Amino acid sequence: MSGAPPLLHRRRLLAWGALAAVLIVLPLLFGKSFALSLLCQAGIMVIFALSYNMLLGQTGLLSFGHAVYFGIGAFATIHALNRVDHGLPLPVTLLPLAGAAAGLAAGLLFGYVSTKRAGTTFAMISLGLGELVASASLMFPALFGGEGGVSGNRVVGHAVLGISYGPQIQMYYLIAAWTFVCIVAMYALTQTPLGRMANAVRDNPERAQFVGYDPQSVRFLMLALSGLFAGIAGGLSALNYEIVTAETLGAQTSGIVLLMTFVGGVGFFYGPIIGAVLITLLQIALAGVTNAWLFYFGLFFLVMVLYAPGGIASLLHMHRRLWDAGRLARVLPAYAWVGPPLLLFFGGLIGLVEMAYQRADGDDMTMKVFGSRLDLSTATPWLAALLAAAAGLALLRASWPRVAEAWRQALASAEGGEE
Amino acid sequence: MGVPALQLTDVRKRFGQTAIINGVNLEVAAGERHAIIGPNGAGKSSLFHLISARFPVTSGSILLKGESVTGLSPHQINRRGLSRSFQVTNIFHNLSVFENVRCAVLWSLGYRYSFWQRLAGLTDANLQARRVLGEIGLEHRGDTVAGILSYAEQRALEIGITIAGGADVILLDEPTAGMSNSETADAVALIRRVTEGKTLLMVEHDMSVVFDLADRISVLVYGEIISTGTPEQIRADRAVQEAYLGTGFSAAEIDRA
Repeated sequence: MSGAPPLLHRRRLLAWGALAAVLIVLPLLFGKSFALSLLCQAGIMVIFALSYNMLLGQTGLLSFGHAVYFGIGAFATIHALNRVDHGLPLPVTLLPLAGAAAGLAAGLLFGYVSTKRAGTTFAMISLGLGELVASASLMFPALFGGEGGVSGNRVVGHAVLGISYGPQIQMYYLIAAWTFVCIVAMYALTQTPLGRMANAVRDNPERAQFVGYDPQSVRFLMLALSGLFAGIAGGLSALNYEIVTAETLGAQTSGIVLLMTFVGGVGFFYGPIIGAVLITLLQIALAGVTNAWLFYFGLFFLVMVLYAPGGIASLLHMHRRLWDAGRLARVLPAYAWVGPPLLLFFGGLIGLVEMAYQRADGDDMTMKVFGSRLDLSTATPWLAALLAAAAGLALLRASWPRVAEAWRQALASAEGGEE
Repeated sequence: MGVPALQLTDVRKRFGQTAIINGVNLEVAAGERHAIIGPNGAGKSSLFHLISARFPVTSGSILLKGESVTGLSPHQINRRGLSRSFQVTNIFHNLSVFENVRCAVLWSLGYRYSFWQRLAGLTDANLQARRVLGEIGLEHRGDTVAGILSYAEQRALEIGITIAGGADVILLDEPTAGMSNSETADAVALIRRVTEGKTLLMVEHDMSVVFDLADRISVLVYGEIISTGTPEQIRADRAVQEAYLGTGFSAAEIDRA
């Protein structure tokens, strides 16, 4: 027992060091302006998704209105930024603290009315509060800027040590620093009495009461702290884009953070980090390639919910367990069997979707695929795509039992230990 | 003999038109082991729910160590030193066994809703949780997820969570329900050990357990206590025998115990 903590401590320090190194090195590897703005967005969403998982994964609260705290933090920060322009003595570096304060205040206010119960009640109240705040934002144009939003200019005051936040790379390092601090802080929170009792309340609120804890107080505090971190994310987004609109606190932002968190995996602390980075990449990369990106998004979410409800993190965790037991090689051949059917199925499906979008889009009834032109007014390309999808699905169903069997054997032998 | 640990005066509970608990008077002395027996549906578990405030009472008063706890919530009553277990295992399924017990000691050691202290650094909480794990015989299962424990182990954990916070009034709701004979013997030894010097109120169906553990016994029938006394008195009580005979339990079963 007594020897364990230092070792654990060293491993954790190593992990934090690695995270810091990655954050520092990333823009050196992907320095182009497009990649840089993508990294900035990803960092902001990492904080936002982790703050969301304080509710969903750690406390068992499904919120449909988390953008409220993000958005309020963003508006508070952009107003503070404009005050700095008029002499408020606060460096831009620390402006996300205004977002934190506003997010915390909103969390204290709304948490009080919404945390009496978990489950459906909480979800419905969060949805109502989200709509309420979103519509209120249009009623107070002085605060929320109406349709056009509130804009600002982050290059204010004197540059300190040459840092003016004019160049995007400086903005990146500001976001990276805040992301690092927030990740460490939110992880630390999971290792405190409140963090653990949040898990207990998630698992069994009744039993938590009978060991002396008021579940409502636990939920309330977690929501308020989650609002604080969401507010920081919002504040960084305000500085990054130099404009905040009512969309920031609307239902779509609430939806995307739920999606990121869930896809990444709510059961692991790092799950939302994966989800936020991946979805941000997909969002920006896919949107540049196809008009149907939202459709694919929905499809992706659906597939994850149905077949990997633990998210990407739990898939990684499953494979890591096999890796640790030295049994990972046993399941890989089975993956080779389902690979081609998967490609065929999704290839056919994507073909159908793309053709449908092309048709709906306008007059051009031809589509260029791999250098040849397809005439969408004839039945042939449609039938071919349909056939590919159907055949892929049939083959997938036929070959999937191999994967299941390989996993069963690998797990059995891993649990049986050495052979 | 001092202030009773628990004192119920004319406690009643109705669900709509149905009276579940019909004017119960009960006094449990500090340090006493008291069992409540009675046929199925007599309201034993309901009485526990009233004492622990899982349900509010319709009328009547409940004093814990001389102070009224009527109308308080479960967590407030727990903080005043009353802890209970459940008939259907009620644990934190996704947490490890160790975390289950540690969650149960945090409040009593004053850590409240702290989000500025590291759990790993709370030496007293960790030691106490380890000690309780040892007492309930689960020290080797500390890292196991509680949800996959065997039934008997989950029952032991249920008792562990109940006693971990150091409450001096313990309510156990059918702690040996569903156990084999040898498991029951272990459970009785465990209960005897962990409630040493504390007040115990228990509901139990197994008569051998009741007559083995209890200093005094109360018999609850149709929401009323028809008799309270030492095991010898209860065994000899005609009204008790009739109540049991009338509901299918045999007097022989009581005698055998």
